[in-house]
Amino acid sequence: MKKPQDILTMPHDQLEAIQLEGIKKTVIQCYENVEFYHNLYDEAGFDPYAVESFADLAKAPFTTKQDLRDNYPFGFFAVPKSDVREIHMSSGTTGVATVGGYTDHDLEIWGDCFARGIWYADGGPDDVAHICYGYGLFTGGLGAHYGCEQAGCMTIPMSAGNTERQIRVLREMGSTILCCTPSYAMHIADTALAMGIDPKKDFHLRVGIHGAEAFSDNFRAELEEKLNYKVLDVYGLTETMGPGVAIECLEQNGLHLAEDHFYAEIIDPKTGEVLPDGEWGELVLTTLDREATPVVRYRTRDITRIIPGECACGRTHRRIDRLHGRTDDMLIIRGVNVFPSQIEDVMKTFPQVASWYQIELTRKNHLDVVTLKAEVNPDFDFDQISAIEQLQKDIQSRLKTALSVGIRVKLVEPKTIARSEGKAKRVIDLRGEDQ
Amino acid sequence: MIMQLTVFLENSEGRLAALCRTLADAGVNMSALTIAETSDYGIVRIICDNVFHAVDVLEEAGFRATKTKVLAVEVPDRPGALAELLEALGSTDVNIEYGYCFLANGDVAIDVLKIKPEDRAAAEEAITKAGFKLLHWNDIAES
Repeated sequence: MKKPQDILTMPHDQLEAIQLEGIKKTVIQCYENVEFYHNLYDEAGFDPYAVESFADLAKAPFTTKQDLRDNYPFGFFAVPKSDVREIHMSSGTTGVATVGGYTDHDLEIWGDCFARGIWYADGGPDDVAHICYGYGLFTGGLGAHYGCEQAGCMTIPMSAGNTERQIRVLREMGSTILCCTPSYAMHIADTALAMGIDPKKDFHLRVGIHGAEAFSDNFRAELEEKLNYKVLDVYGLTETMGPGVAIECLEQNGLHLAEDHFYAEIIDPKTGEVLPDGEWGELVLTTLDREATPVVRYRTRDITRIIPGECACGRTHRRIDRLHGRTDDMLIIRGVNVFPSQIEDVMKTFPQVASWYQIELTRKNHLDVVTLKAEVNPDFDFDQISAIEQLQKDIQSRLKTALSVGIRVKLVEPKTIARSEGKAKRVIDLRGEDQ
Repeated sequence: MIMQLTVFLENSEGRLAALCRTLADAGVNMSALTIAETSDYGIVRIICDNVFHAVDVLEEAGFRATKTKVLAVEVPDRPGALAELLEALGSTDVNIEYGYCFLANGDVAIDVLKIKPEDRAAAEEAITKAGFKLLHWNDIAES
């Protein structure tokens, strides 16, 4: 009987034929149903009906996150709303968020993509999948959920938070697969140890599918040691689907792209030119069978490369390397995307503090801690502690509303935030030091 | 009513010393200094001469300093004097935001009280009525 896994070992030339068909279909679908693409292609003189090769696709203009924002909320929908079953949003204040729409078919391919992580780990119906990505607009929770269901696992929709309860459930349900951010997995491990629980004996984990934030090889090794399981890196983004665009296999040597659903290019972020396999550059993705919100040549801003050659696991889908940073200033804080400009917009509404601020990212117990330092303005009546505390609280709550991430606000003396050439260094990232 | 010098200081090593050095070099003489602290920062409240000059000097040196209007009441240096003063205020609706005391000379102490601006007139009236002497900011500036 044909299994959904069969496509993972399909000869690559057959995969390429599927990809080309998907590309041809997607560019036409976008041109005919999405006004943005219609105008974009007409202006660029790009003929979507003339695409016959991957080289032809490379002539198409890129799509950016800003394009998605400019067309919020439904500008990128290629089907009527009645066909859309679900939406997800990337973090951001209302109005600047990006929206992904999913038809029934889109949800099915999403589940299929994430389920591969479980298949890579030789998992399936005998597994108990514990999901503590946040459920909600964030794609992490439900994306992992659909994947675990599709792989036939007994799925536990824990969502994030309440670590002690996570630990009890992990132990009592005998969970074998853990889906969450890598930093939260470490937090679970450390909390369990502090509670006198030995994850090696008391948990039954085999595999962790961890993503939404970068983690080092050392961090992975420490996690694997503490939880006695294998950690697989998962990549994805709301703009093209969510987690599952690429996942590591047990070889842990690059993430297999779901090449039957996405076409990947690596470009030089400066010139936009397509780079050959093996060279580092920006990942650009085209969806091949997405119905609700297809995208063509979406610039992810993530830096990676296509790993040349075949994987020892025998699967034919090409691999991307683990991410090497970004081409823009986006921060990933506890799995949530945050742009410094969003913080700036909030800070502008508080005349009590100067426009000089600095974001300091650190790790405490393996969780991201964000401290925002802001300089007190002279016209703010700071004579009373209660006034300062109220201001800190007000800023914190407005930031929380805007970013969906808790940020500690620390008021500082004037001119204590270092400036170079009159411009403050906005972000100090010290998170690597904990790893 | 007198002017208090208020300085926002980060809770870090050497900042208080730097503040006092800056004031010393500017020839500012302090009569009282008190600190309200949190884990991150402190509010330093100072009674000194030449408050306006002190604020300018501190701001120039990179401190965040401001002037705050507070009531300064002269009370006899004996047990119960502060209690009597506060009891006099207790008969009004006036709320004291913070306060501290220092000795001016052998006979009198000065109680500094921070009162909300809208309550200040009522407080001054009650204090004077109870027979206490309110200091004017000149009394401190010139001393």
